[in-house]
Amino acid sequence: MSTISASWTDSRIMLRRNFKHMLRNPVTIFNGALMPVVLMLLLVYVLGNAFSVGERYIQYATPGLILLAITYGLAGTAVSVNSDMTKGIINRFKVMNVSRSAVLNGHVAATVLGSSVAIAAIIGMAFALGFRSSATVGDWFGAIGIIAATAFAAAWFTVALGMAARTPESAGMAVVPLILLPFLSSAIVPADKMGPVVRQFTEYQPFTPIIESVRGLLAGTPSGSYAAAALAWCAGIALVGYLWSRATFNRRA
Amino acid sequence: MGDRPGGDRGGMTSSVIAVSGLRKAYGDKVVLDGIDFDVAAGSVFSMLGPNGAGKTTTVNVLTTLMKADAGTVRVAGHDVVTGTKEVRSVIGVTGQFAAVDELLSGQENLQLMADLKRVRSAYRVVTRLLERFDLVESAQKMVATYSGGMRRKLDLAMTLVGNPRIIFLDEPTTGLDPRSRRTMWEIVRELVADGTTIFLTTQYLEEADQLANRIAVLDQGRLVAQGTPEELKRLVPGTHVRLRFADLSDLDAAARVLAGSTRDDQELTLRVPSDGRSKSLRDLLDRLDEHTIDAEEFSVHTPDLDDVFLALTGHASTEEIAR
Repeated sequence: MSTISASWTDSRIMLRRNFKHMLRNPVTIFNGALMPVVLMLLLVYVLGNAFSVGERYIQYATPGLILLAITYGLAGTAVSVNSDMTKGIINRFKVMNVSRSAVLNGHVAATVLGSSVAIAAIIGMAFALGFRSSATVGDWFGAIGIIAATAFAAAWFTVALGMAARTPESAGMAVVPLILLPFLSSAIVPADKMGPVVRQFTEYQPFTPIIESVRGLLAGTPSGSYAAAALAWCAGIALVGYLWSRATFNRRA
Repeated sequence: MGDRPGGDRGGMTSSVIAVSGLRKAYGDKVVLDGIDFDVAAGSVFSMLGPNGAGKTTTVNVLTTLMKADAGTVRVAGHDVVTGTKEVRSVIGVTGQFAAVDELLSGQENLQLMADLKRVRSAYRVVTRLLERFDLVESAQKMVATYSGGMRRKLDLAMTLVGNPRIIFLDEPTTGLDPRSRRTMWEIVRELVADGTTIFLTTQYLEEADQLANRIAVLDQGRLVAQGTPEELKRLVPGTHVRLRFADLSDLDAAARVLAGSTRDDQELTLRVPSDGRSKSLRDLLDRLDEHTIDAEEFSVHTPDLDDVFLALTGHASTEEIAR
């Protein structure tokens, strides 16, 4: 019991530390919170009308852009996880008997918190640009649940990538595929507009069911199978990320 | 040389660090080849050695960061392997590279330590440390803007949060300017005066001489000597006169005249044993005069730890090489 409460307190202390880091790094703020908004403006006002998606473009793109708001903030996490491991502060924590899980928990919690801010910003912006939802309160809860699960899974996976990288620089690079992945989903344009090979990939990658389920919920037409697939992917990714980062952490520290 | 609390306690007092038969290898490379030593409570123990001698590995094993291949290490009565947690609760470590959080301010770094150690009245502890380490003015600035000396000071201040009884300092002054080095020495002396035990590694002989009650000389994974600075100095030949000449012919002539001297052809120097008294020095100069030999430089040397190091390891200390 006392170890659990010690670990909880340590995790909270680490969360505060990591969140402060995030706020003090202008690049993190720009990438995490501003970049998705800039992308939204770009897509809606510059490119959007060139895509025929069967509805107003803001209506189509908002769920995908919420996902981008999650992934764009991840590079900062990977770099900061790796810096902790490579710049010696981890030894200080170890010698101080800081609970081992707290270091990882702190990074995950700070990342999810950062994602939440970015998601709130993008949803606010979407409404300002004319996005309208016919979702019920229940649908909204469902959508937020899936988005939160995605942020949580992405955070654990990113912590694992940051943990596994050799240097902070390569940690930053390791998450690039994760940032590109939503573009190869139905986030920006429907899958059936893509070439055959890409379309196949798009249909089977995790972001497609996640985006489609959120899209359905926000449109007031929820789809149970998409939601189930989305949650299954999130659970799987979170578990892999958790086990992988814990294994790497135990080996390195 | 200043006061050295605990200096005359010798081996009679209980040792807070007891190391025996410590071995560690990375693959084929043996880093620590069976070392033994004890550190008395409230003293400064300095491990002296060149880069790559195994000093940091020793610190890592003693501070539970690394497991040894063989041997036992007890810190404050606890085995570092079976009593890791107990050991960690009484030690503080300042590593070779400042383990500070660059994106936090100095004050926040200290506050983080106080939080993690659950220190009561943390604000007062933090404020006092900032004052003591002369960091009040930059307390609110991000550590990324600190100079090397300030980082080291902050690092040590962070180590002191929670008042650890035993402090490990791994090359605390490497890369510091002379002024910061002296500040660091003062802080170490204050800590010892308060009863803290200090284990310090250094590659600077002067530093060990200034601070340590006992010195262990580590070379290629073995302890080649151990003792008080005075004991170690007694290991090497005594006072001598050093003469430097303009060319080899002068050196030849002087070496013929001065029996018992040792020459260094490269440096064009001659080392003449002497007791350092004015009479024998005058005699020496008179002899040179008689043979009209002119020395470029004349100096009297009492043995320092540089000589000890040279004598013990067969190669000069890192400091010497660096010149």
